[in-house]
Amino acid sequence: MRRAEVARALRAVLPERCVLADPEDTRPYECDGLAAYRQLPMVVTLPDNEAQVLAILQVCRELRVPIVPRGAGTGLSGGAQPLADGVVISTARLNRILRVEPYARTAVVQPGVRNLAISEAAAPFDLYYAPDPSSQIACTIGGNVAENSGGVHCLKYGLTVHNVLRVRVCTIEGDVIELGGEALDAPGLDLLAVFIGSEGMLGIVTEVTVKLVPKPAMAQVIMASFDDVAAGGNAVASVIAAGIIPAGLEMMDRTSSRMVEPFVKAGYDLDAAAILLCEADGTALEVAEEIERMAQVLTAAGASAITVSQDEAERLRFWSGRKNAFPAAGRISPDYYCMDGTIPRKHLARVLARIEEMEGIYGLRCANVFHAGDGNMHPLILFDANQPGELQRAEDFGAAILALCVEVGGTITGEHGVGVEKIDSMCVQFGAKELEAFFTVKRAFDPGMLLNPNKAIPTLNRCAELGRMRVSGGVLPFAGLPRF
Amino acid sequence: MVEHLQDQVRSAAHEKRALRIRGGGTKDWYGQSLGGEILDTRAHSGIVDYEPTELVITARCGTPLVEIEAALLEQRQMLAFEPPHFGAGATLGGAIASGLSGPRRASSGAVRDFVLGAKLLDGKGDVLAFGGQVMKNVAGYDVARLLAGSLGTLGLLLEVSVKVLPIAVAETTLCFAMNEPDAIRKLNEWAGQPLPVSASCWHEGVLALRLSGARAAVSDAVRLLGGEVMPDCAAFWAGLREQRHVFFGGDMPLWRLSLPSTAGALALGEQLIEWGGAQRWLRAPSDADTAQRIRAAAGAAGGHATLFRGGDKRVGVFQPLAPAIARIHARLRAGFDPAGIFNPGRMHQ
Repeated sequence: MRRAEVARALRAVLPERCVLADPEDTRPYECDGLAAYRQLPMVVTLPDNEAQVLAILQVCRELRVPIVPRGAGTGLSGGAQPLADGVVISTARLNRILRVEPYARTAVVQPGVRNLAISEAAAPFDLYYAPDPSSQIACTIGGNVAENSGGVHCLKYGLTVHNVLRVRVCTIEGDVIELGGEALDAPGLDLLAVFIGSEGMLGIVTEVTVKLVPKPAMAQVIMASFDDVAAGGNAVASVIAAGIIPAGLEMMDRTSSRMVEPFVKAGYDLDAAAILLCEADGTALEVAEEIERMAQVLTAAGASAITVSQDEAERLRFWSGRKNAFPAAGRISPDYYCMDGTIPRKHLARVLARIEEMEGIYGLRCANVFHAGDGNMHPLILFDANQPGELQRAEDFGAAILALCVEVGGTITGEHGVGVEKIDSMCVQFGAKELEAFFTVKRAFDPGMLLNPNKAIPTLNRCAELGRMRVSGGVLPFAGLPRF
Repeated sequence: MVEHLQDQVRSAAHEKRALRIRGGGTKDWYGQSLGGEILDTRAHSGIVDYEPTELVITARCGTPLVEIEAALLEQRQMLAFEPPHFGAGATLGGAIASGLSGPRRASSGAVRDFVLGAKLLDGKGDVLAFGGQVMKNVAGYDVARLLAGSLGTLGLLLEVSVKVLPIAVAETTLCFAMNEPDAIRKLNEWAGQPLPVSASCWHEGVLALRLSGARAAVSDAVRLLGGEVMPDCAAFWAGLREQRHVFFGGDMPLWRLSLPSTAGALALGEQLIEWGGAQRWLRAPSDADTAQRIRAAAGAAGGHATLFRGGDKRVGVFQPLAPAIARIHARLRAGFDPAGIFNPGRMHQ
């Protein structure tokens, strides 16, 4: 039996505790944050060190077993979804912070270190790691590298790609390579840039050097209300046009604020069609100067009410609603499906209006939270998987939103990744030539196509099949996700 | 115009004839070797789309950098990576393909950090679109950023979308008399504090530090740091970016050392230090022994050395790649440019 054969080969090179093959032990790995899709892996490995990672890769290469890397499993696109005939490499035991270098403003960590743990380790030096995905308590830096994770502060501080200096990678061919470095660039092509966000398909990360940045002395946030979402969207444009890059710039629609308010009691204006949170950080004088300018711009843009946080507790309370939008959705609805498209901001009002129409078409409610500064939308589709057909309707609704994002010049995923979830939507965004080029990149690192295969980049055949559907249905394509 | 370029590429690919992608030709001296028939990009010019409130500009490769910078300046925005022009006709395509960033690099980011999307004419003559015009986009591999600094070896960049930033409200430059080790130490200490440092330059005992940001942030920093305010500092930083500074004069080969900013002073010859210590320019010969010594010193410090300008390129312009990484390069090139026609030898021999 294949499982026994692979497990035996792995146990020959790894300590017993590093290999799980019994379904009772592998059950916790059957899904990631995209929990609607589950698949028991054939074998799970938990390497303690880089040498063991290389040994696992060698076994898999020789036996031609596909590999799925996995961090904390918080990803929302099924990137860590196991394969029935595959081996999971979990980074759970590669969880040490190797060095924090306050003078160089860097930290060297293993891939299984949690995002927030890096900032906690850097805190005594008044430094932190800037990208802060909402799952930062749990998600790992290895996963962040795989997904090029963002967060609510990336308009000003950048994404993972802007904050990682170096990765050390085991290739499927058995080499250990370093991409990037402690210097600001490395010779040759910028392979680090293409590696970040590659969804575990190009290599297994064993070490990451991240950039740490000084903690701003303080921050203050403005909460502004708008009577319609278009005015809110225009206000965002006005802030940018005024030459201000806020530390955070987030928007919630009324459905969202009413959804979260009973849960967090943030004091949101429940009559406003849209609430904008606009943050300034820096020294006290700098923040005062920026808050004043922001308030002027927002007032001129038609804000019906403006409240400035007066202390840190109030600032955190204003943010609490936005940061708890997902759990709040889980409280008011048995299930929710979080989408992740990005659009040019100027189309916000049009896109939100179309989403409202779609609520009628698909018979499901949708709450919208929005990284307004960078155009990244997170529509939360509320549904009940126990009602026949609702999951399918939620998926169709989601795919229609993504197609709409592409239609207005945006993208199907801003920060959650493609994984298995949006693989069919890739056919909407890219043509055959681009997909071929992606496979060129894939094969340059992984000629045998063993690392996280069949994720993120659809084959031309898969898209061709969808193309047929598009013609016959007359609507935008969305085939059901692969069920195992 | 695109069809015309496609035709040229297809026929070159068919005949396995090398093409040398060239915009304004202001950086012809950069890279390992030039070869092939010139593929002129200048006719493919113009700003396609500029939305100041979206912080994105999209332009064709042959667009003069000065045209882009003028359009941005009208809206009080800028290319935050401050690309050097190195001559009158510099184009956007050349700035992206060369991957060179100016004084603001250490604080704002490099060329690749601002590339959001690109249209590429590959070696088969196909036009491919990667990335887009939005700031957050993780659909597919980030090929657009990979093209920054690729020296045209993966194809011809037809069009690029670049993130832009507002010009800071306030800007001041402070000067300090300081020796090299003190300057390196101070720059690293300051970088760990919430100060609005946007550029630095140390040369011959003087450290110049540019501060950019909100008025209060800059005036707070001036009070905190002391030093002497430099008059007419815009010209100083533009001159540094364009290497018109006196350090860059003369015929001695120019080496670029890219190092961890904390690397101690390296006794290799006369230097000018930028990027908070992370970029060190060195005037030194390019004979094999010296080259070997420079590369070894840069490598030991955790960085690499480039024979940036002048000298004998037979010692290799760029630091050699590890074999496993060179293999990935070769496969990427073979995939994007199967006939090997684009700028062969420009990056590595």
